[in-house]
Amino acid sequence: MQSNAALEYDYSVAKLFTYTTILFGFLGMLIGTLIAAQLAFPELNYLLGEYGTFSRLRPLHTNIVIYGFTLSGVWATFYYSGQRVLKVSMAESKFIMAVGKIHFWLYFVAALAAVVSLLLGFTQSKEYAQMEWPFDIVVVLIWVLWGIAMFGLIGIRREKALYISMWYYIACFLGIAMLYLFNNMSVPTYFVSGNVGNILHSVSMYSGTNDALVQWWFGHNAVAFGFTVPIVAMIYYFLPKESGQAVYSYKLSLLSFWGLMFVYLWAGSHHLLWSTVPDWMQTMGSVFSVVLILPSWGSAINMLLTMKGEWNQLTENPLIKFMVLASTFYMLSTLEGPIQAIKSVNAIAHFTDWIPGHVHDGVLGWVVFMIMAALFHMAPRMFKREIYSKKLMEAQFWLQTTAVVLYFTSMWIAGITQGMMWRAVDEYGNLMYSFIDTVTVLHPYYAIRALAGVLYLTGFLMFAYNMFKTMTSSRELSEEPQFRSPMA
Amino acid sequence: MGIRELQGYASFFMTIFLVVMLYGYIVYLYRSEKKGKKDYEKLGKIALDDELDSTPINTSDPLPTDNKEQNK
Repeated sequence: MQSNAALEYDYSVAKLFTYTTILFGFLGMLIGTLIAAQLAFPELNYLLGEYGTFSRLRPLHTNIVIYGFTLSGVWATFYYSGQRVLKVSMAESKFIMAVGKIHFWLYFVAALAAVVSLLLGFTQSKEYAQMEWPFDIVVVLIWVLWGIAMFGLIGIRREKALYISMWYYIACFLGIAMLYLFNNMSVPTYFVSGNVGNILHSVSMYSGTNDALVQWWFGHNAVAFGFTVPIVAMIYYFLPKESGQAVYSYKLSLLSFWGLMFVYLWAGSHHLLWSTVPDWMQTMGSVFSVVLILPSWGSAINMLLTMKGEWNQLTENPLIKFMVLASTFYMLSTLEGPIQAIKSVNAIAHFTDWIPGHVHDGVLGWVVFMIMAALFHMAPRMFKREIYSKKLMEAQFWLQTTAVVLYFTSMWIAGITQGMMWRAVDEYGNLMYSFIDTVTVLHPYYAIRALAGVLYLTGFLMFAYNMFKTMTSSRELSEEPQFRSPMA
Repeated sequence: MGIRELQGYASFFMTIFLVVMLYGYIVYLYRSEKKGKKDYEKLGKIALDDELDSTPINTSDPLPTDNKEQNK
């Protein structure tokens, strides 16, 4: 393979995934905001009959933000940065380009069909793994296509050393492949019962406590390999590239990587503290969760130290602001998670609103901020236009930061209040409060969370508008910016 | 010895083995760089110098790629 002066990176697949990131991001956050409002104002459950109830919409929200928004973001950034760190263009292989495009279109059609199936109420009833068996098979196909594209690109690369981001993308690929297959092992009941019932229906191959263990081994590691690993891949590429500063310590990035791989897989049982799984397994989940602080902070501190001597960029460049805040929220949520996994803390926190509070400071503050920053960075390079509005980006940053703070603080207070009220007993050992007492007390915090949702969604619309204008009508660039993204 | 007991021992020794491997790797990273055998930090430049026609870094070997070519 000879280098060719006319050859350029080909962003056609990255662009397609960029569009779906924005589309699914909007949809997922819209539904999230609606269901947050439903918890504060229950009459909102009855707007659309069975299709508008909390129970129907909640899996839709989680599936769209995980498998719609986040995966689209992961693939958009992979098809962009993967080429760049491997120094090879998708245009150099017709085969890889075709696989990339099939990957996108199969994913897009399957994602839309999955949204409809969940809205119609078809579900395996396993959290974050609700999609029924035919969708699982399509997900496997999509995943294999991604693998072919990724390892195909690696196979024809010019840069022989794999940059740390690629390690993380590979880990995302392998991790999810293993988790998804094992947790979704199920028996389609139609075929084993002599064609009785719905063809989509299935039951898990595991039962009881084993099912719970496999489910949370999957559930927690879906967070690890879907919400952490590929997002770390992004920040290791986009923060150095946008700031013009090489990663502070490459060695630290390597040992954080292996530390994370080693520890994360054992932490899932912290979801089952105080349940029927063996006590030693609960303790192991707690211990590994606390140890997990080290590799997580290793990456986050590495990112913050990358800005050493260049902190002025934080005030001058809103994209750096997004990424530094993302890294900071990563630190916050990876400290908060282990605290919640300590058995005595978990006795209060389990099943309370503190848990969605934790998830959302991680997802809204870390995952979404990082994906938006990555797409903002990519836009001028992909569309050869400067970012439409710096002012709008600044306003979006502050609006969404306020929203995240409102979300997690209200849920901290709500969760701890709830946990304390559930446990409170009088001098005779009787429970002091009934469930509805807690609901009454928590109402203002649920209203604050709904408000936070509205603010965050508004910020996302500002992002979508800024991206749309960047693609269509912003000033054209004569050459590709090297580091800092140009913005009007 | 039953299967449960075997699983317990296997899990324990695998954890110890992986911990030793991880710490061994960390020691290896820092020692090889201190001895001048490796230069991992230059791999960080892959993200900054990522044009299609820019010279690949290729290796954590401390010798620059060009010199290595000449030394072949």
